Amino acid sequence: MTNMITDVVCPFCGTLCDDLEVEVTDDGKKILSVYNACAIGSEKFLHSQASDRLTRPRMQKDDGTWKDVSYSEAIDYTAKMLADAKKPLMYGWSSTSCDAQGVGSELGEAVRAMMDNTATVCHGSTLIAVQDVGIPSCTLGEIKNRADRVIFWGCNPAHAHPRHMSRYSIFPRGFFTGKGSKGRKVIVVDPRVTDTAKLADVHLQLEQGRDYELFDGLRTAFKGEVLPDMVAGIPKEKVREAADLMKSGRFGIIFFGMGVTQSLGKNHNIDAAISTTRDLNDYTKFSIMAMRGHYNVTGSGQVWGWQFGFPYCLDLTRGFARYNPGETSSNDLLRRDEVDAVFVLGSDPGAHFPISSVKKIANLPSVCIDPHMTPTASVCKLHVPVAFVGIEVGGCCYRMDNVPIETRKVVEPPEGMMTDEAFLEKVLDRVKQIKGA
Amino acid sequence: MANKIKLNLISGRTIQQGVSMEGGKEKPAYRDAAGIIELSSEGFEKLGAWRNTNVRVSSEFGSVVVKAVEALQALPAETAWMPMGPWANQVTDPNTYSTGMPTFKGVPIEVEPAGDESVLGSIELVQKAVRGEL
Repeated sequence: MTNMITDVVCPFCGTLCDDLEVEVTDDGKKILSVYNACAIGSEKFLHSQASDRLTRPRMQKDDGTWKDVSYSEAIDYTAKMLADAKKPLMYGWSSTSCDAQGVGSELGEAVRAMMDNTATVCHGSTLIAVQDVGIPSCTLGEIKNRADRVIFWGCNPAHAHPRHMSRYSIFPRGFFTGKGSKGRKVIVVDPRVTDTAKLADVHLQLEQGRDYELFDGLRTAFKGEVLPDMVAGIPKEKVREAADLMKSGRFGIIFFGMGVTQSLGKNHNIDAAISTTRDLNDYTKFSIMAMRGHYNVTGSGQVWGWQFGFPYCLDLTRGFARYNPGETSSNDLLRRDEVDAVFVLGSDPGAHFPISSVKKIANLPSVCIDPHMTPTASVCKLHVPVAFVGIEVGGCCYRMDNVPIETRKVVEPPEGMMTDEAFLEKVLDRVKQIKGA
Repeated sequence: MANKIKLNLISGRTIQQGVSMEGGKEKPAYRDAAGIIELSSEGFEKLGAWRNTNVRVSSEFGSVVVKAVEALQALPAETAWMPMGPWANQVTDPNTYSTGMPTFKGVPIEVEPAGDESVLGSIELVQKAVRGEL
């Protein structure tokens, strides 16, 4: 016999799908099948069951080989590394629960750390822009039920948020959107003909990196002012067609992603995107939303925003929170040799930071807390595998529209394996002992 | 005849990269999904190389060997695409211009055939890179 667990939340992307069904063995120890998930989410659940999964902490020796250590040794090493460091960097925090993030914050305060989350290489530019100009946003439920104009700008949900379009943005039938995709007009702005662009009514194939110019072109077109013949590589007639389509809707939404945040201009591109949304509200109702990547990067920003007043790039070294992206951001700190220890939890900078930053991590005392073997783990001195949040332990996570959703435990973790929250609590206790608090 | 060509590199998620990442970054499937560069058919013509041959991608920030494949999602001729990951991050622009955000999109690169050089797995690639062995 097997058990079918319903309403399971997927811990992969910021869409945080909450309609998965997971079939597990009677004893609750093994996942047999995953239903309703996308290919990536399904793989995440199934890979947690891999027979070659690491289950115990390991120290990397000088010759590159690994030696198994106990959790208590790993706790001691981590606590001593953090307590001894003058300015440790504690990075990641996006693939874990808000509960663990809260304990992490307390630990960061205790050791006066620099704390940063994956927004720093994702929607950090967005967070800066929101602080500059605000953001008119909404929930995904409102979009499902109301939106008839959907713009994907510099994002490709067909690959990065595979069920976003079917659950919220293009295909679902909602309260005021009974015709589903037939009642919606979709505009995609991307230099590539992405799989999302193939679904669009209008594809604005701009030249890479000229997003700011196109936002300004659209704002000019909304007002009926003169446009040059080409705007960001697009004929002005097409820009006017897109502008008219946006203005003619009853409820519109701009979803934007890394194409805007990671191209030159960065936060200024998002300023322009938000200003475009504001302008559209002179004609109809429009909102804008960041396509957040990790399943709980939004929660990390929420927890830190609540605890420290800032969503990322925290400097706790002076005993109170400072924030200055460019100075207190992970890549800048690493490249300028400004930190003397690195603690990573719930992220893989070894794979997703420029290699110049990864080289710095490799040369410092370093700990990686991650269920998987990753490039980060491979260059750290200590690797601590932990239970998967959302699969082997529950916890609160925030969806990309800032809606909190409680994830569910569906199976038991391997025997003796710690959760990241429990590991952090133990490290915090040990740090307090070392510091005599 | 094989040539060295100049292109504008962008990187990001592909579903194959996402699936193989969750399946284990130490596995060959991750290398096969993310250790690639997508070129347009015009790009291949200018490069003078067959599809699915290994190429060396270089920028002022580094260099890496990946497999060149024809873009599944069409690209402008002057553009190249790499899935996000340690291969793309060997050549990406780390400058943040005081925003905290490296310039992952819009990196000037050169691409040339890599002869017999092979595409390294993610773990080996990063370990060799941090030791300066690439």
